[in-house]
Amino acid sequence: MRRPLPAWVDISIMPLINIAAAFVVSGIIIALIGENPLTALTIMVKGAFVYKGALGYTLYYTTNFIFTGLAVAVAFHAMLFNIGGEGQAMIGGLGIGFVVLGLDPILPPLLIVLLAIPVAAIFGAIWGIIPGWLQARRGSHIVITTIMFNFIASSIMVWLLAGMLMAPGQMSPETRHFAEGVSLAQIHHIANALGWPMARSPLNLSFGIAIIALVAVWVLIWRTRLGYIIRATGHSEKAVIYAGHDPSRIIIITMAISGGLAGLMALNEILGVQERVILNFTAGYGFTGIAVALMGRNHPFGILLASLLFGALYQGGAELDFEFQTITKEMVLMIQGLIILFSGALALMFVPTAERIYGLFSAQDTAASDQSRSGKDSQNG
Amino acid sequence: MPFAISMSGICKRFGSVQANDAIDLNIASGDIHGIVGENGAGKSTLVSILYGFYKADSGQIEISGTPYTHNSPADSIAAGIGMVHQHFMLVPNFTVLENIILGHESDRDLTRSIEHARHMLMNLAHQYGLVVDLDAEVGDLPVSLQQRVEILKALYRNAKILILDEPTGVLTPQETEQLFDILRSLKEQGVTILLITHKLREIMAVTDCVSVMRGGRMIAHLNTAETTPEELAELMVGRPVQVQKQWHQTQKGEAIVKVENIHLSNADNQNLLSDISFTVHAGEIVGVAGVAGNGQSELLNILAGITAPSAGAITYHGHRIAAENPANAQTIKALGVAHVPEDRHASGIVLPFSAAENAALGYEDDVSHGYKNMFISPQQLNARCADLMQEFDVRPQHPELTSSLFSGGNQQKLVLAREMSASPSVLLVGQPTRGVDIGAIEFIHQQLINMRDSGCAIILVSVELDEIMSLSDRIMVMNNGQIMGMVNKSDASVKAIGLLMAGVQ
Repeated sequence: MRRPLPAWVDISIMPLINIAAAFVVSGIIIALIGENPLTALTIMVKGAFVYKGALGYTLYYTTNFIFTGLAVAVAFHAMLFNIGGEGQAMIGGLGIGFVVLGLDPILPPLLIVLLAIPVAAIFGAIWGIIPGWLQARRGSHIVITTIMFNFIASSIMVWLLAGMLMAPGQMSPETRHFAEGVSLAQIHHIANALGWPMARSPLNLSFGIAIIALVAVWVLIWRTRLGYIIRATGHSEKAVIYAGHDPSRIIIITMAISGGLAGLMALNEILGVQERVILNFTAGYGFTGIAVALMGRNHPFGILLASLLFGALYQGGAELDFEFQTITKEMVLMIQGLIILFSGALALMFVPTAERIYGLFSAQDTAASDQSRSGKDSQNG
Repeated sequence: MPFAISMSGICKRFGSVQANDAIDLNIASGDIHGIVGENGAGKSTLVSILYGFYKADSGQIEISGTPYTHNSPADSIAAGIGMVHQHFMLVPNFTVLENIILGHESDRDLTRSIEHARHMLMNLAHQYGLVVDLDAEVGDLPVSLQQRVEILKALYRNAKILILDEPTGVLTPQETEQLFDILRSLKEQGVTILLITHKLREIMAVTDCVSVMRGGRMIAHLNTAETTPEELAELMVGRPVQVQKQWHQTQKGEAIVKVENIHLSNADNQNLLSDISFTVHAGEIVGVAGVAGNGQSELLNILAGITAPSAGAITYHGHRIAAENPANAQTIKALGVAHVPEDRHASGIVLPFSAAENAALGYEDDVSHGYKNMFISPQQLNARCADLMQEFDVRPQHPELTSSLFSGGNQQKLVLAREMSASPSVLLVGQPTRGVDIGAIEFIHQQLINMRDSGCAIILVSVELDEIMSLSDRIMVMNNGQIMGMVNKSDASVKAIGLLMAGVQ
């Protein structure tokens, strides 16, 4: 007999089962090419958490995934599938570039950084609002438009970085370096300055902003009136109209918030690490954000865990590539792909089995599940 | 002669709920047999098992004395069982003939199949008095004729047993009579009919035998001639039920709702509503009667600010809202107008939300606090919902429980509680008892009467003519987007209203 799973199992045990399944399949493949899967796993874990500076790198990747994962999740609460995190992050980075390159000769660095943070969000938001408006007012499907807007963003970046924004006197498509001090401080610099020795890593203050964003999104979705209406829009636009709100407006606002969060990802890469705008700094993080949100069940806490997992995979995977001759970068990508497959596309594969097992262990009836079944029955009638 | 249908010991369990518990049912060949029961009593499950949608956990079925196991509706059709669903399964842009042969084409060549079917259907139509234009597009036909197409479809597939699930919900009283005539003539030709309904009047009118279900069990098998609606209602609910409604004469107050010349046309310039004008007074219930789809829903949505009219004006308490300058639902709510929507599941509540969240839908400001009402406090949500649940007897009293887990009646009570607790001076109510069990219907009707007595102006839209007739002070009948007449309670008869519903003045 199957019983619906309690929420805590759904958000904690099920993802673990899915990841375990992905690792088992990866392990089989690693064994097939003649390596020891357990050794590989050990190196991956050590590479992500144990080696000098490893944790910093992992958290640096995590930062990107938190922003892009949140972007997808917020939109998803309104049932909007925002595939455009990649493009929104690019445009966010472009916004930072405009502010910094335009103002760093005249304003103090701290002021520029404080200005660049909201501008990154605003530029990302604009890149989310346009598809949002097209969906809300013109009915163009958001999946199509956000994908298209990734291409447009990418082309704009090429055009500007290989053109008017390109630093003079060199050949690569990137801007000049920002002025000294126009950056988000890296954590190891801060730690060393405070007298705590810490290994070098690109982890920077934007990680703190990401944590703030996690909390802010939680408050937005579950503790504000806007979040309430966003969720209602996701479930039933008719109910939102009935309640006296305009779903089109909510869709546009939601896409603005979603795009803004994706835009903030550029802080980590542009202000935290590169200190200039380079081409393709988004490196697919926007797309991975979809998997992160799926795996984190669109809940900020789940997104934090999923971001950590993907951060560890990126960092540990790089280590794997480094340690083994036979395990290439593509192999690591494949493992990531398997995890996305099992936790995203196949996320519900083990649910019926789990429900059966759960049913065996809990014969007790609860009022809630009784109501659930009789509710379904009456819907048939 | 063996029974047409003989089911014994049928059990079906969904999770922890025993939807059907050792059901025995024998239906004599050539009978019209009714099954009554409240929502969730297991009628649908039983019929679904018979028709092959579900497989019973245990029990036997015999069709005309032959043991019968089936796995799909296709097997049932082959065994001579036909079903007319509550929601018709027709392709609107196919002709009647095309719909009937769909899936049963006699030939690879469509033209030949159609000619073959045409010949057969002419005979059937003649035999049973089921006259339909075979070349009309189904989408253009009125629902009563669409229903005939469904019946023809079953007969074309050689159905000897016909199951009808709530067939009269979409019909006028006269159309219902016509349907019953058809059923009687089918019966004469030896067709066995199983009629699922919640309208006791219809059971009394047309059936030979009636079976009552409650809580997944078969409670009683009765000869219709030997029972009364009161007895059936009591068997269904398990306690005595007040069948007579609580309506009584009151003094009505001043006119607080004025509707002037409302028009509504759709994108194709078809008139959905034309020239709707009426007035509603404080302390009065105006019932809007009509066959579903004749503009009542559109009218209700316009009154609530969900749809903007094409022309005309509505005045609430002297605030005139003209079509040129439409108001949204929130503005209208601010004028003291509350709205219980027709489609509870799409509009009235958000199914995956908790009961507490739904108790605030449209009233988010009431549970907001903090900077410019930005934040919502879950404690306030829950506390407010708990109060409403207490007052309106919503069960189970768990504000945090997901709304989809409540029964239809309790969901509706929650919506009513939310809307009535705003102490509106005007209450718009659509289908207040659709999908609601008898116990809750009693309660909901009493609440509506109480609201009226406390001076609220109520506009009640319902396809249940009984409900309209028993609650309304005045009855407005709509047909094809127009008001056919406004009848006082004292002058109202089912016949007169039925004629108006059909568009005969």
